Amino acid sequence: MSFSWAKPYEPKHPLAKWFDERLPLPRLAYGAVGGGYPVPRNLNYWWNFGVAAGLFLAIQIVTGIVLAMHYTASAGGAFNSVNQHIMRDVNAGWLLRYAHMNGASFFFIVVYIHIFRGLYYGSYKAPRELVWMLGLVIYLLMMATAFMGYVLPWGQMSYWGAQVITGFFSAFPLVGEPIRIWLLGGYAPDQAALSRFFSLHYLLPFVIAAVVILHIWALHIPGSSNPTGVDVKDERDTLPFHPFFTAKDGWFSAAILLVYALVTYFAPNYLGHPDNYIPANPLATPAEIVPEWYFWPFYAILRSFTVDFILPAKLWGVLAMFSSILLLFFLPWIDKSPVRSGSYRPVFKRFFWLLVIDVIVLGWAGGGAPNPVRNVISQLAAAYYFLHFLVILPLVSAFETPLPLPRSISDSVLHGEEEEAAPVGTKPRRAKAATAVVE
Amino acid sequence: MATKARSAEVPQTAGPNGEEGVRRRDFLNVAAVSFAGVGGVVALAPLIVQMSPSADVLALSTTEVDISKVQPGQGIKVSWRKQPVFVRNLTPKEIAEANAVPLSALRDPQTLAERTKAGKQNWLITLGVCTHLGCIPLGIGEGENRGPYGGYFCPCHGSMYDTAARIRQGPAPKNLVVPDYEFTSPTTVTIGAKGK
Repeated sequence: MSFSWAKPYEPKHPLAKWFDERLPLPRLAYGAVGGGYPVPRNLNYWWNFGVAAGLFLAIQIVTGIVLAMHYTASAGGAFNSVNQHIMRDVNAGWLLRYAHMNGASFFFIVVYIHIFRGLYYGSYKAPRELVWMLGLVIYLLMMATAFMGYVLPWGQMSYWGAQVITGFFSAFPLVGEPIRIWLLGGYAPDQAALSRFFSLHYLLPFVIAAVVILHIWALHIPGSSNPTGVDVKDERDTLPFHPFFTAKDGWFSAAILLVYALVTYFAPNYLGHPDNYIPANPLATPAEIVPEWYFWPFYAILRSFTVDFILPAKLWGVLAMFSSILLLFFLPWIDKSPVRSGSYRPVFKRFFWLLVIDVIVLGWAGGGAPNPVRNVISQLAAAYYFLHFLVILPLVSAFETPLPLPRSISDSVLHGEEEEAAPVGTKPRRAKAATAVVE
Repeated sequence: MATKARSAEVPQTAGPNGEEGVRRRDFLNVAAVSFAGVGGVVALAPLIVQMSPSADVLALSTTEVDISKVQPGQGIKVSWRKQPVFVRNLTPKEIAEANAVPLSALRDPQTLAERTKAGKQNWLITLGVCTHLGCIPLGIGEGENRGPYGGYFCPCHGSMYDTAARIRQGPAPKNLVVPDYEFTSPTTVTIGAKGK
């Protein structure tokens, strides 16, 4: 319990008391996601995506366990077990499969927003470095899980995705090719690879769930960050998680689920690639081979090395792709500015939005077939990505003059802005809002 | 948030209708939680129905059997919905034995006529699944133990069936089940088809 004013758990029902004395699980839940966890009162909607990510993890695990009851992990039968058996024969199989397929995309959408929220508001800074790093571990595990899950339907994209991604390892001199063969259990993806991918695809979500627990645990030591980046000072700065943030997270999750349902029901294949409805053919690569959309920016970085320079271009691409994520682990020490929130960092803020645009450009570059123009754009965007983290961020944090910070969270909420602080009805613009409250 | 501000500063937003103790906030609360609750329950439906037999399993729900080679006194075992079905051509003696038993002596009273098709009383078609705990009784194959009543004998827990496959002794509660079937020709039986 992070703050001294956090409400202790007081069971009302004798049965709850009896249980709590023997196993303090209700106490744990109360302190973690109940009235016993004080949260900064000024959280904005960008803070809702963590709970949404947890929701999609749960959806993926539930639909995934059910799909595994009908899926056959055999090179000869996997494609039909998904596209014929599950999609046509199993009761509600089509729904479960589409929910799982789009659930993966939505998991990545909310996690990307969650990550960029952390980047903008400096959530990675002390004392939350471990929260950030555990989050990156979750992200890496998600990437591995999503990749292996995409292989399971054993369509053309599945097969060639497995071929290309395990091919990354062959870029390393000497050990690379033996490692690739070891990972696949053969010279090309086949039964051995499919079986082990299925096994690991079932395992990793539970590892993710475990790291999520560590992520939340580490978060609850200092407590949640907030849009001002100013530390919580006293009780006036916080509200209990329940009912205030359970309600807000609840309605916002419902809103996200609505979008998810719309896509799942009306455009279930919009985010996928049509070629994955062609059964895997080890003798013919599809004309255009791209990963799922959430890997496009990294795919662009991978492809942006086209010339050998000391090391082979292939190895540069793989190293750059891996380091584009690994370097985020060092972010708390790259950005030394003591001000957390981008709202009070005028220069950082501009570069942040440039980074967002850069990643979108990388995504565009990685999502299409390579051609000379696209290659140049992806090379520039990849270079800028590294420039942002390795040069711009350290310089900005050294030379930038931040805006004055509010004295406290409640100050920023209640008195920091004149308009907010003015009594109801004294200003024409407030008058409209005031009637709304009275109504 | 307007809602948040309200709860913090004006907690007693009483409903104007003055209904005892029911504030607008309570109504919103109950409405929102019930909506989420109903949605959650509905979302469980696909997770539950996916366990029921899928369309490809149901598609195998009839099996055609050629009975032209089954002589009186013989029987065959066929597979229907992954379950054994006994098709037995009863001898006149077996039919007489079955009809001689008074219904009052039976645990699950049924006549042989009720368990066969009219005019085809020699064709006894039953599931080969003991009604006790699902073992396959002996007696359909040549030389198998048919038990003291000349029908079937279940080796698992000693249930004994007579020549009309009715339970006579042992732990099983019911006669061997007669599935839906019809004679599609004098020598062909379609098991699983709703008979006339």
